[in-house]
Amino acid sequence: MATAELAQPGIARVEGRRVSAGFWSDAFWRLRHDPTTLAAIGIVLLIALVSILADVLADSFFHRSFSQQSLLDAYTAPSLDEPYLWLGTDDIGRSQIVRLIYGGRVSLAVGTFGALTSMIIGVSLGISSGYFRGWWDDLIQWLVQTIANIPTLFLFLIIGAYFRLNAITFILLLGGLGWLGICNQARGLTFSLRERDFTIAARTIGASPGRIMFRHIFPNILPLMIIIAMIDIGTIILIESALSFIGFGIQPPTASWGNMLTKATQFTSHGPWLIYPPGALIFVTVLCLYLIGDGLRDALDPRLRGQK
Amino acid sequence: MTRFIVRRLLQAIPTLFGILLLTFLLTRLSPSDPVNLMVAGNFDITPEERDALRQDLGLNDPLPIQFVRYVSSVARLDFGNSFYYHRPAVNLIAERIPNSLQISLLSLAVALVVGVPLGVLAAYRRGRLTDHAIRIFSVAGHAIPTFWFGLLFVTVMGLELRWFPIGSMNAIGKEGDLADRLWHLAGPVLAASLAGIALYPRYLRTEVLEIIGQDYVRTAHAKGLGKRAVTWVHVVRNSLIPMVTLFGGILAIVLNGSLIIEQVFNWPGLGRLLFEALTNKDYPVIQAAVLAGSGLLLVSYIVRDIAYAWVDPRIKVR
Repeated sequence: MATAELAQPGIARVEGRRVSAGFWSDAFWRLRHDPTTLAAIGIVLLIALVSILADVLADSFFHRSFSQQSLLDAYTAPSLDEPYLWLGTDDIGRSQIVRLIYGGRVSLAVGTFGALTSMIIGVSLGISSGYFRGWWDDLIQWLVQTIANIPTLFLFLIIGAYFRLNAITFILLLGGLGWLGICNQARGLTFSLRERDFTIAARTIGASPGRIMFRHIFPNILPLMIIIAMIDIGTIILIESALSFIGFGIQPPTASWGNMLTKATQFTSHGPWLIYPPGALIFVTVLCLYLIGDGLRDALDPRLRGQK
Repeated sequence: MTRFIVRRLLQAIPTLFGILLLTFLLTRLSPSDPVNLMVAGNFDITPEERDALRQDLGLNDPLPIQFVRYVSSVARLDFGNSFYYHRPAVNLIAERIPNSLQISLLSLAVALVVGVPLGVLAAYRRGRLTDHAIRIFSVAGHAIPTFWFGLLFVTVMGLELRWFPIGSMNAIGKEGDLADRLWHLAGPVLAASLAGIALYPRYLRTEVLEIIGQDYVRTAHAKGLGKRAVTWVHVVRNSLIPMVTLFGGILAIVLNGSLIIEQVFNWPGLGRLLFEALTNKDYPVIQAAVLAGSGLLLVSYIVRDIAYAWVDPRIKVR
């Protein structure tokens, strides 16, 4: 009774707000006080926004379409005369900056959907193998060990060499080979979560395994999955660029930052300016995504709180 | 210890089986017909000859039998002749592996020498400018596309400043000259070690921070040991133990990187061989190179686990 009376004036003072901070609002508060992560989020959002608005920008600001060629303007050095010349033109006179914006669309889409695929595969296999254990867990672990023991790029190449890939299968493949880390994390967490009181309670009231896994275990591992997904988007953008470099990435004429950079390496003597922007964009985007992952880890992972 | 090693080796058997199964299935399920590849360019070949070739290669047998044959040929290190070089694929691989290992091992060493002090420094200066700078630096090392870094190195250091060679293993006429080799190694090794330089400080920082709070460190301070002695003998030595687990992972990164780096720096290693084989559709070599890479990784993971158990006896109890 005494505590309730004491608490009463406090509640009155903060009227209209939640009294105690929940997990997510606490994390949000931490994030708001982390300038590095905020800056990284801002930059990524800006890049994403420009990529999404690619059509509008190309039409009304740069006045150049994505594939508009002009052989007379080939290898024009960057200049401030016209917006479409800001980063110069490539070997067939296409505006580099317009292509970069469209390339950003592709690179970000590949990263996002690839990470989404690997998250779906990794989380479902990880939780189910951690929950059911037994032969299912052995099977999944065997699969993880096998894929982990083949150098990823080598595996990509062997698949790329034997099968014809289009953009969709390429993304599925990127996700289909990148789920190992997520799976192991999800499995480890599930091992401990399935023995916790709330899971046992759910089981005693007759909840099905599917319900327990989805409604009770999944929300608990979600924060960690978000962190890993951010880092994965960056990693997949990097892998796409590396694959482009060896000729197995997104194929031209569709532009991705990876294949633009690769193409630029063939023209270093005619258009040396072409080599810097795509690489720099990949670098900045991936750097920001990694920094966001780092910042989210500080904000979301309760075990790390107060360590700084 | 012997029991641990034996058990670890036994654990590798299912993995090895998985690798063989996966590579086998990938080649057999692919839409490209090996007979077409072998006779490519021979237009006067009759359908009967084709069928005979197919029968000879055993492609008409059931898949399990083909798989057993595949496993036994891998066990004999017989991958067939390269379509392009007309020499056994395994010889080509064996020639290239030492060249790749030069880059891998040296970049591992560079990563350790640079990464470990940075990690310790970040932990001791935590929350300050140095710590933040090291954090940004190590994240940046991860985020930079390896081949872009390599290309910038070649363009700036090689073509413009002419401080370093733009590729290949030796200057002409200087084969076997160690100093010249090291000069040529600088670029590839720097590019390959970037990932490691980025990785070590991040892990080490957490590890060192944990150990600084341990009782035995306080005891060491209390008994009057100097700060330097406590740092290097008590803190750093113990924080390095979990770093052993990173070795396997770093090798995986370096192997993947070799594909890119050897291409950029024109280095005749395993990665470049695989790349050439892909361009030439040289399937025996592709298969052999992928298996060689996987084999290297498998062995390095085993060595890592054994080394870890040897350094930290608590592991064996598991």
